[in-house]
Amino acid sequence: MNCKHATQLMSQAQDRSLSRRERLALKLHLMICRGCNNYNKHLGFIRKAIRQLGTHK
Amino acid sequence: MNNNNNPEHSEQIAAFHHEMLRFAYLQLRDRSLSEDVTQEAITSALERNNYRADGELRSWVFAILRHKIIDCIRERSRHPSTQIEHDEQLEQQFKQNGHWHRDHRPADWHNPEDSFSNSQFWLIFETCLNQLPESPARVFMMREHLGLEVREICRELTISESNCWVLMHRARMRLRKCLEINFMQQGQPG
Repeated sequence: MNCKHATQLMSQAQDRSLSRRERLALKLHLMICRGCNNYNKHLGFIRKAIRQLGTHK
Repeated sequence: MNNNNNPEHSEQIAAFHHEMLRFAYLQLRDRSLSEDVTQEAITSALERNNYRADGELRSWVFAILRHKIIDCIRERSRHPSTQIEHDEQLEQQFKQNGHWHRDHRPADWHNPEDSFSNSQFWLIFETCLNQLPESPARVFMMREHLGLEVREICRELTISESNCWVLMHRARMRLRKCLEINFMQQGQPG
């Protein structure tokens, strides 16, 4: 798996459950790729931020 | 017809009127449409007047606004024109072999949640959202801001599920990049 594919899967993981095969491939990639690890955290952060969008003042 | 209106409520609503407009604009990208839905939401809030405590007024009015926005998107999507084009900005972040270009590799953001209390962050966040191209923005906001499921979004906008994934992914890629360049790398205060 390359980073481009990994970012697509990480995005989809926010909206659907990945298949076992996809999960495993992604997990292996994340073990060796710091950029994608950061990307994954950023997606979680963005979701949190959006949820706060209507509530912050 | 609005005889039972509490003038205090109108005043409170006036206080977050601007915020409602921004909320609507983020999703509709159309000033006059945003004004219309905001006005409709306020009118129907004042007419119904059936919330319990003042503290709930704000969230109640926003809940009404949210429904108005969804109706509006549904109405508009009866004439869809969603096309998937090549996304150069996304492609150039990766090398030929599909791995990150050194200059585009996502950085460590160090406690990004701290920025939730930073008004500068919210300004940049909204600017980044507004800079998303229209199709990815619509799909992304319907999912994240209005909380609809992807299948529902595809159906509403009559686009294929795979196109929906692509648009969602592009929105996230751009938003992330925009935040990194404009805020996270600028050194957060505090």
